[in-house]
Amino acid sequence: MTERLLSVEDLKVSFSTRDGENQAVRGVSFHIDAGETVGIVGESGSGKSVTAKAIMSLITPPGKITSRNVNFRGENLLNLSEKQWRKLRGNQIAMVFQDPMTSLNPVKKIGQQLTEVIRRHRGLNKEAALTEAANMLRQVGISQPEQRLQQYPHEFSGGMRQRVMIAMALSCQPELLIADEPTTALDATIQAQILDLFKELKGNSHTAVALITHDLGVVAQVCTRVIVMYGGLIMEEGTVEDIFYRPQHPYTKGLLRSIPKNGGKSKERLVPIEGSPPDLLDPPPGCPFMDRCPHAFARCAERPPVFELSAGHRSMCWLADGEVSVGVEGGTFA
Amino acid sequence: MNRSKWKNVGSELLGNGMGVAALILLLLFTLASVFAFLSGHDPNELNVMERLTPPGAGHWFGTDDFGRDYFARALYGGRVSLLVGFTAMIIATGIGVTVGVISGYFGGWLDNLLMRMLDVILSIPTFLILLLLSVFLKPSVGNIIVIIALLMWMHIARVIRAETMTLKEREFVLYAKASGQSAFGIILKHIMPGLIPVIIVGATNNIASAIMMESSLSFLGFGVQPPNATWGSMLNNAQGYIAQAPYLAVFPGLLILLTVLSFNILGDILRVGFEPKLIKR
Amino acid sequence: MRQLIVRRLLQTVPLLFFVSVVCFFMIKLAPGDPVLSFVTPNMHAEDIERVRHNLGLDKPAYIQYFIWLKELLQGNFGYSLTNHQPVLDQILERLPATAGLMGSAIALAVLLAIPLGLLAGANRNRWVDKLINFISYIGISVPLFWLAILMIYLFAIKLHWLPSMGMRTIGVESTADVIKHGVLPCTVLAFGFLTSYVRYIRSSTIGQLKEEYVQIQYAFGASKTTVLFRHVMKHVLLPVITLLGMSMGDLVAGAIVTETVFSWPGIGSLGMTAVRGMDYPVIMGITLFSSLMLIIGNLAADILYSFVDPRIKLTR
Repeated sequence: MTERLLSVEDLKVSFSTRDGENQAVRGVSFHIDAGETVGIVGESGSGKSVTAKAIMSLITPPGKITSRNVNFRGENLLNLSEKQWRKLRGNQIAMVFQDPMTSLNPVKKIGQQLTEVIRRHRGLNKEAALTEAANMLRQVGISQPEQRLQQYPHEFSGGMRQRVMIAMALSCQPELLIADEPTTALDATIQAQILDLFKELKGNSHTAVALITHDLGVVAQVCTRVIVMYGGLIMEEGTVEDIFYRPQHPYTKGLLRSIPKNGGKSKERLVPIEGSPPDLLDPPPGCPFMDRCPHAFARCAERPPVFELSAGHRSMCWLADGEVSVGVEGGTFA
Repeated sequence: MNRSKWKNVGSELLGNGMGVAALILLLLFTLASVFAFLSGHDPNELNVMERLTPPGAGHWFGTDDFGRDYFARALYGGRVSLLVGFTAMIIATGIGVTVGVISGYFGGWLDNLLMRMLDVILSIPTFLILLLLSVFLKPSVGNIIVIIALLMWMHIARVIRAETMTLKEREFVLYAKASGQSAFGIILKHIMPGLIPVIIVGATNNIASAIMMESSLSFLGFGVQPPNATWGSMLNNAQGYIAQAPYLAVFPGLLILLTVLSFNILGDILRVGFEPKLIKR
Repeated sequence: MRQLIVRRLLQTVPLLFFVSVVCFFMIKLAPGDPVLSFVTPNMHAEDIERVRHNLGLDKPAYIQYFIWLKELLQGNFGYSLTNHQPVLDQILERLPATAGLMGSAIALAVLLAIPLGLLAGANRNRWVDKLINFISYIGISVPLFWLAILMIYLFAIKLHWLPSMGMRTIGVESTADVIKHGVLPCTVLAFGFLTSYVRYIRSSTIGQLKEEYVQIQYAFGASKTTVLFRHVMKHVLLPVITLLGMSMGDLVAGAIVTETVFSWPGIGSLGMTAVRGMDYPVIMGITLFSSLMLIIGNLAADILYSFVDPRIKLTR
């Protein structure tokens, strides 16, 4: 059995707004093992990015995090002081963000920004940090790193900036890398290059990756396990094979139908999911997908429990009830 | 301009303690200056026997060096200050909106010309022109209003121009153009309503600076001439008696401060209220 | 880079030209005949005409303008009507007093405004921010001459700590004496600048803290202090350069009221004397001089800005 790196139990995040509480994440439980790559998939507003920020405790007021337990390498993160958090962030847990154009400070040199992080967490002196920064840039495929370190962000293309961000995130050899839509803001060709980089880096490090994306195609390429989120809840969870070949949840099936196959070359018609996501200011008490689900029935007004379909393949849908050998009534994802 | 926007502004204004205080204060000052004659004292009546009487029951703000009731003078002074501020604002806003709309709507060489003109005026320090003009024109309330107005329209013109330029690209304006409406009609029917928030905010801030300009000018002796008082000229006079009668300096200054402060606070609240983009709290 | 400077310089030329035109015609429109100041009671009408001719005042206005401009470019701003001294000499003679006062006031204002603005912006809507915000509201609304009078009353008349008038005690020649005289006017002026600077810095701090890169700094373990002083401060300081450029125009004219209240012998009080005496060449000289400073100040700020802000170098 692999080592459990991160486990989250019943995580809830809400933001108070003028119109009430926006319950962005409504109780999710999952785990990430050391060295694995997990995809967290969902439409925008499904709560996936908020979940990622919550893991790093980056939710600021009016946002609020509650959780039964967030455990990282046997340590409960909920009890950490801000100072302890600062030691952890960028060091053991690092994050890559969606838009590389706005991720870097535009008035500071790349070198300054990289060495700042390296020096903060690894206590190196300036020269050593600079050498290390150059090494990192080389690792993420940036040529002439010494010269590049002296440049400002605007002198880099979007793809190059994302490489810099990845270098920065990996510079302290984190145990967990959270990548929040790392390719969404990039052109298709650059996207492919960055994904290749992820795959390559995956091969030579033991860093676990949580890849947050709305794109199942990306997940299929790099992940071993997938978590599907919707309306602030986890709908289905399983290995890539489970999700792509044996999807149970109607939402997962809908998502799969809406992605182009063969890189969009086939003539097969894409089927977008009708309707819009639930209002999280006043979320439905039952299944959040009920209103859009083609198979919805009366019982869906009641929140379904999590059914374990096979080892590690779980789904939150009443339809799974019949397919299941063991119904874990009231159970949660863990 | 839709109703919810106005409602938003209203609630912003009334929900803010400072805003309510500013409104009440301004209302009070306006009423006081309108009904100044009810104070029971003639502001220009001399009484040598009562020279420099400190504030007390008979004279709430005391008397000045000629024994004139300072409270009555402050009320009448407020009348001039508010009148100058308000009228100068109207004229300045009028010029600013006209120039801004023309410049923004028609663009091209006209815009270029008007904006270069603005650059020139803006590159001469404002207060210096103010002094200059007040020397060339004989000091009277009317002239002071005109001078101040002439110096204040530039900022509002710039803002209006920018706003007009974004408005004229909106669909409803483009549609009106395509359906053959005249430029004047489009400006009046479609552009102006969208400009109202900007105008209101600009106008509020303009009153504040007009009152400030008038008081500075009067303080230097180039504003409203004696025996008529304004808060600025009262301060000018008070300077000479600062050792014996500091209260002469306190009252008019405090009145200017409170008036200008109120208008500035209102201006900011209105700006925030009209712009839902600005995140509140 | 050089292109940028050249282009900005070229943009300045027409601006200066128009400012000079405006100034010139304001002199022409001014009431009173400038020839009369050269006239003595026993002069004949022909003599007066000869003076007029000698001064070039019988030529058409546009020719007069070019003559005036030519003189101006050679540093001749004309002569005072009251004491017949060259205007430029008078301005330059007064410049150190004004520049010293303004320079120290602006420096004081900037030094205080940066920490205050950052503090207010970083603690948005907490009590520190509310306090600073309220003070800066007062600052933009208080008539500076009133503040000056109150300070004179308190520190000069009641407490006898500081002198309230002039720049030197008669018969005393020491820097300490000048500084002592400068404290009150400098404080008043600094307060005037301070509040607008603080408001500016506060709002740009708030704006920067919302930027994505700041959030990302937190994700890399940066503390609030690190973010504020290592990342946000540089952004916030850049616009301060522009503010300083704009303050250059005030260097001369903005001090009029304060210099008058404190009888500070600078350009502002020279201007006041000139206005009182209807001394048009001096008034015009000062107007032109301050416009020049304003334009040069803005230009210098733009150029300096492009040196400091890495983004401008390549994008223009």
